[in-house]
Amino acid sequence: MATANFRIWRGDGESGGFEDYSTEIDEGMVVLDAVHQIQAESAPDLAVRWNCKAGKCGSCSAEVNGNPRLMCMTRMSDLPEDETITIEPMKAFPTIRDLVTDVSWNFEAKMKIKPFRPRKPDAEDGTWRMDQDDIERVQEFRKCIECFLCQDVCHVLREHDLHEEFIGPRLMVHNAALEMHPLDTEDRLGDLKEDQGIGYCNITKCCTHVCPEEITITDNAIIPLKERVVGEFYDPLNRLLRIFKSKDSDEPT
Amino acid sequence: MAEYQSHEHDVLVIGAGGAGLRAAIEASAAGVSVGLVCKSLLGKAHTVMAEGGVAAALANVDDRDGWSVHFADTMRGGQYLSNWRMAELHAREAPDRVRELEAWGALFDRTTDGRILQRNFGGHKYPRLAHVGDRTGLEMIRTLQDYGIHQGMEVYMEHAIVALLKDGDRVVGAFGYDRERGRFRVFRAKAVILATGGIGRAFKITSNSWEYTGDGHGLAYDAGAALLDMEFVQFHPTGMVWPPSVRGILVTEGVRGEGGVLTNSEGNRFMFDDIPDLYKNSTADSPEEGWIYTQGDKEARRPPELLTRDHVARCIVREIREGRGSPHNGVYLDISWIREKLSNAEEHIKRKLPSMYHQFKQLADIDITKEAMEVGPTTHYVMGGVLVDADTQMSTVPGLFAAGECAAGLHGANRLGGNSLSDLLVFGQRAGKYAAEFARENGNGAIDDGQIDAAVSETLAPFDREQSGENPFEIQYELQERMQELVGIVRNEGDMQRALEVVNDLRQRAEKVSVVGNREYNPGWHTALDLKFLLIVSEAVARAALERKESRGAHFREDYEEKDEAFGSLNVTQHKGSDGEMVINRVPVTPLREDLATIIEENR
Repeated sequence: MATANFRIWRGDGESGGFEDYSTEIDEGMVVLDAVHQIQAESAPDLAVRWNCKAGKCGSCSAEVNGNPRLMCMTRMSDLPEDETITIEPMKAFPTIRDLVTDVSWNFEAKMKIKPFRPRKPDAEDGTWRMDQDDIERVQEFRKCIECFLCQDVCHVLREHDLHEEFIGPRLMVHNAALEMHPLDTEDRLGDLKEDQGIGYCNITKCCTHVCPEEITITDNAIIPLKERVVGEFYDPLNRLLRIFKSKDSDEPT
Repeated sequence: MAEYQSHEHDVLVIGAGGAGLRAAIEASAAGVSVGLVCKSLLGKAHTVMAEGGVAAALANVDDRDGWSVHFADTMRGGQYLSNWRMAELHAREAPDRVRELEAWGALFDRTTDGRILQRNFGGHKYPRLAHVGDRTGLEMIRTLQDYGIHQGMEVYMEHAIVALLKDGDRVVGAFGYDRERGRFRVFRAKAVILATGGIGRAFKITSNSWEYTGDGHGLAYDAGAALLDMEFVQFHPTGMVWPPSVRGILVTEGVRGEGGVLTNSEGNRFMFDDIPDLYKNSTADSPEEGWIYTQGDKEARRPPELLTRDHVARCIVREIREGRGSPHNGVYLDISWIREKLSNAEEHIKRKLPSMYHQFKQLADIDITKEAMEVGPTTHYVMGGVLVDADTQMSTVPGLFAAGECAAGLHGANRLGGNSLSDLLVFGQRAGKYAAEFARENGNGAIDDGQIDAAVSETLAPFDREQSGENPFEIQYELQERMQELVGIVRNEGDMQRALEVVNDLRQRAEKVSVVGNREYNPGWHTALDLKFLLIVSEAVARAALERKESRGAHFREDYEEKDEAFGSLNVTQHKGSDGEMVINRVPVTPLREDLATIIEENR
């Protein structure tokens, strides 16, 4: 048992500041345990969002000593022992109270992405056949627990506040999961280019570094999407084809 | 008159895990307006934690499987206390519900010929669990969420419901608050579906998240609905035991399905020492036979580690009690040993059990590809819940439906792994369908202001009391501690009588709870409001467990260690009496339909 000192951000969207707390640390404790202990001992109204406490739901995202982390998967023993630990809410989203942020924008932005549209079932039994090899890339994307840490660390959202123009790494991963799904027939490239701002990503890979699920966001999701967008809209042959296509599409289908 | 915002829907779904989402999708598809209330953010509900898979007799891996075998397995697992009509519907409809998920974008692991892969699990005769590594629940909830948001439903995230509102006998709405700002909401609805999950937070060691405070059970009970089978609480045999802060977190049965073995401190594979008669014919008699079973040998029988959860949990408790446990009061679960059998064992384990690898590595410094885990039982699931009609999922109160874990009937005395994910799909769909139908056939109800005012003052009471009042967290801890100790895996009359006294005492203390701060995202206040339901379900579990003077399935009494034939053909129900006291009834099990009885005989 040792005592650990914390500076925890308290306040709402308008005002607030750091407050000091200390609590006893037991073997194996994670930051979320310490926050809960502080809550039960001395700050019953300290707001923190959490759920599974096993790194599976992605609710307890915050910034621990300045690093975007899941509090439930950050062990106290991995933090410097004799330094005060700072815990703050994610900065890319408005604060509701204390460590809880308003992440509703992510849910609204997701609504704008065209949903999954499978091709017609083509196996005899009315379903589909898919090879494991062909779905592994997409399964990587579908590991995402929507903790929004990648959104938090993305400078386009965090520093430049371009939420209206750029949907962020999480939703790029979502797009990639749909675009690379072997059964999907929808076309999202135009939206990615025009409305969802894929061009804003300049591949600094900060998102990949903070992903608790270790999804290779930039290399496996965003870059291939960028390549598809480039192929579709900037390849001279494709541009020509598109002109014909748009003429065709005047015909009733 | 209290200030609140009103919302109106044909169907209101409370809870947005798998069952709630599936119900909301179905009701939306029926063309009625749907409101979906979730205590957390959308997509965070407990379904996300489900690891092993969803049980459905697709027969992709073993073509001997079919709905009738799944039905017989479920009935056997439930010790023949399950509602057989629910078990039938579940087994028949689960395959379609799983294939439907694929059409909505889910990507299950594949067989070599490109179909949905299925794995072995405890109590299932054939490989039956469609899965995605060990994160099947995440795949399911995300699929339902991403499909659901485009079906026109209104989603209320981070809202909690504290009371159902009635017009005469019928439920016509719900009262609650949004957790973020603490504003009150009145939801008017022609039909209400409860899909609130379980009660695990009534116990200290649990795999359940904070949300599992028995809200649906408590709401239904307060509204006059009957509860069923509340004595049956499943203690999953394998939860983490060390370090203390992660105690209770689930270790999937999939570890055993992939060949993991349980051993005690003497290195003995103790599960071979105690195989129940009901399962003697279907259990391996050598470690080698067990191993080849996990690797897909159709002639082999399953290893004893894959016996039903109640049995495995009790064997583990016995080993620990008799001094053969691991250093931190568990036993060993070892998957790393398979390196003796497979040259690529490390990679194989990481691919089959990625979350488990991750979880132990990060939280316990254990590399499961190289060393054994320490595990012990953890409160996992409640078989009991709201008594519902098998076909429609309507409770004993008109207009009130329930699906998923908060409903009862399918699992009887013990649930088979994988049957909860299929349960929530099959009965979520049914609840949505029949609630929509009910909403179409019945007009709006009237809600008198008195009900709303009463709910408001109850909800605000913790702020109004003197600040020297009771601390809500302390009451919750004490309840969890005492329930674990007195109504846990091994039960007896004296302990459970004491548990009732504890519940009574804590209920009085809960009425004095006070909270500080304001209504914005205030965890002290939220915890204070959760106590009511936790106390109802704790009382219900203890009383039902006292009533059942025998040991069966998940319910084990050291003062009645054997099964009692008489209890084998009755269920225990509970409802709120006119004087406010809990009334208990013994209800005879409906005799099996003849064709189903034949199926059970054929599968003995």
